[in-house]
Amino acid sequence: MSKTSRRLLLAAPLGLAAAGGVGFWYMLDGLQDGSYDPRTVPSALLGRPVPEFSLPPVDEQPLAGLARADLLNLPRPVLVNFWASWCVPCIIEHPQLMTLQREGIPVFGVNYKDKAGDARAFLARRGNPYARLAADEPGRAAIEFGVYGVPETYLVDRQGIIRWRWPGPITTEVLEQDLRPLLRRFA
Amino acid sequence: MIPELGHFALALALALALAQSVLPVMGAQWRDARLMGAAAPLALGSALAVIIAFGALIAAFVQNDTTVLNVVQNSHSAKPLLYKISGVWGNHEGSMLLWLLVLALCGAAVASFGRNLPSSLQARVLAVLGMIMTGFALFILMTSNPFTRVWPPAPDGQGLNPLLQDIGLALHPPLLYGGYVGTAVTFAFAVAALIEGRVDAAWGAWVRPWALSAWAFLTAGITLGSWWAYYELGWGGYWFWDPVENASLLPWLATTALLHSAIVVEKRGALKIWTVLLALLAFALSLLGTFMVRSGVLNSVHSFAADPARGVFILGMLAVYVGGAFALFAWRAPSMVPQGSFAPISREGALVLNNLLLCCIAAVVLVGTLYPMFLDLIAGRLISVGPPFFNSATLPLALPLVAAMALGPLMPWKRAVLWPVVQRLWWAALAMAAVFAVTWTILRVPFWPALGFGVGVWLIAGAKADIIERIQLFRVPLRTALARARGLPLSAWGAAIAHAGLGVSALGIAGMGLATETLVALAPGQSTHFAGYEWRLEGVRDAQGPNWTSRRAEVTVLRDGRAVVTMRPQRRYFPIGRTTTTEAAISTNFLRDLYAVLGEEREGQAVLRLHNNTLAPWIWLGGLIMALGAVVSLADRRVRVAAPQRRAKVAQAGMGQA
Repeated sequence: MSKTSRRLLLAAPLGLAAAGGVGFWYMLDGLQDGSYDPRTVPSALLGRPVPEFSLPPVDEQPLAGLARADLLNLPRPVLVNFWASWCVPCIIEHPQLMTLQREGIPVFGVNYKDKAGDARAFLARRGNPYARLAADEPGRAAIEFGVYGVPETYLVDRQGIIRWRWPGPITTEVLEQDLRPLLRRFA
Repeated sequence: MIPELGHFALALALALALAQSVLPVMGAQWRDARLMGAAAPLALGSALAVIIAFGALIAAFVQNDTTVLNVVQNSHSAKPLLYKISGVWGNHEGSMLLWLLVLALCGAAVASFGRNLPSSLQARVLAVLGMIMTGFALFILMTSNPFTRVWPPAPDGQGLNPLLQDIGLALHPPLLYGGYVGTAVTFAFAVAALIEGRVDAAWGAWVRPWALSAWAFLTAGITLGSWWAYYELGWGGYWFWDPVENASLLPWLATTALLHSAIVVEKRGALKIWTVLLALLAFALSLLGTFMVRSGVLNSVHSFAADPARGVFILGMLAVYVGGAFALFAWRAPSMVPQGSFAPISREGALVLNNLLLCCIAAVVLVGTLYPMFLDLIAGRLISVGPPFFNSATLPLALPLVAAMALGPLMPWKRAVLWPVVQRLWWAALAMAAVFAVTWTILRVPFWPALGFGVGVWLIAGAKADIIERIQLFRVPLRTALARARGLPLSAWGAAIAHAGLGVSALGIAGMGLATETLVALAPGQSTHFAGYEWRLEGVRDAQGPNWTSRRAEVTVLRDGRAVVTMRPQRRYFPIGRTTTTEAAISTNFLRDLYAVLGEEREGQAVLRLHNNTLAPWIWLGGLIMALGAVVSLADRRVRVAAPQRRAKVAQAGMGQA
């Protein structure tokens, strides 16, 4: 090995560390102005069948719980919505979920790390958009789905394949621009 | 008053650390004995100051001083004393102070036990440690002061995160920080060696005990963290490839590589530049882990208070320490002449292979952890990397590593022939093949767990073969063999114990591949059959703790109509903080864990999740055995380093192939 190439080789760690440092700097910068958000990493489950899970219903309310079997062989695509009564963005997306319910699109709710009483109170006050309502108090199904936070919504097609994932609230824009075309495509 | 004293002591520690990072370096450069001599007293003084600061924070927590913001946010008068104390490092500010404390104690240890070091090397090592201390003390004082007061005082604290109110997590951070800081000491040695421009066998002999103790702490810390996740998070899993877990695994991998390559430096005088680079890398990865966890650039199952401003500060420290060290490396390393060529088939060859594979695994884990973040940054495209990636990418690297782990210690230095070594291990290979064949074909165990069982047996048998070869058991009379066993250096025992420990963990991990679980809803008096047992729910009752209320189920586990054990899984509710935790009930007989989690209750029925986790305890038992191996080895190092004249005797007594 020549002297120069040896020097270059030994300087490689510095170069790599510097490149990493610049990257981290931009990440931190983006964190502060909001352009970088680690929570928008999409699901590895896109295009894959729903994972194995089985959840009981939320206590003292009539809707059934949710399991993987309930998402296979459906007459139409459904939304699986992870939410919690303690989550403020869930309130933002709630009217859009009610709209979907009025249009007859089934939304299956997964109540994430929440207390049954709080969840019931939330729905009693704002209305219940859900066709099924499961309790994921330990957050285990959320792990299986790779949920990063609530609210988070998955579109499951008729064969039980996950077609779309939206971390964060479904605003009216998301509903019109992203969700409706997908609902038509997989209907 | 006490918090002010603590605050002042911290500022004093900063001042002393600053002096410690400047004066000794100047002294070493100008060969001024007085300036170099200042290093040790300064290190002891700054350590004392940090001890006072830490003690003041503990006092504030124990007295539940609600004029201190940190206490208000993280403690509560109703908390048991043990968790009040562990609450000191259960939050960001306090944990950073703990970091500084461990670092200061390590500096004090180098100052007091390092008298037989060359004085310029000791001065430079202490100076580098002083620089790191300066950075962390500044970080604490400027962005995360644990002594900030609030006025008027809060009526009571807001409680500790209930998940953290647990003995496992009370011990987890100190152990992990012990490891992180241990890498800081090897880093300081590496930087000092770069400044001196000399790496010799004595340097290797000094770095190895620090690498070993860092490794022991990291091993114990990771083991404890994994055990905590297993019993507290209630998922029945033990490793999630979560970024926070990876952040602790990366320095562990680098330190594992370091302590093996330091052997080559010490025994053969080779691999010097590489070893220095590993020492720099191990600390860089420790800091990177701290950065990733504390800055909020990544997203994890574990939640930490993240703050970009703190992230900027830690990134700045990374730039100064890691950037500076790598720049020094690029400048000075070319002048170090590589020495000692060696044959690929030899002990040092096996250690190089070990290093290469460990570094590849570390690179895979690092890439898997950082890739999603960087891809988002560069391409604006989003992907996520999960356990499937890590499992499939690390396994092909881990298998040859494990194969070499048993072969390496049996090889002589300088030049070896592979065949005789393989011959000595024929029965280990046979045992591995037999275990694999029997579990796979006869017991119908799936392929990967079956292979895992084989690998575990191979490692344990290989470690045994190493010891048997060294003491020539079965070849010389038993009495002679036992005498040889007594004379064997403790480091040889330590290595064999640690390698066997990994084998035990491998068996546990393979066993967990066979774990089964079920979800049932039972009314009191009803029972279900699972894993060869009858599980009967006796009832669910309310229970009361010091700062929580809980629902506690009583489940009797029966076999053939006879009660084996009663399990009491709980769901705890912490009114302060309004959170719920699951307390899994675990009954172990060391061959399997019965694991029960209580879910929701409805219509008089309770949802129970039941697991049968085969060999699960072996995972953590293996981790502890590994750490024990390091401790045994360290006992030997102390003898050798502290008393060079005895070293010759020990070495003679334990020659063997060593």
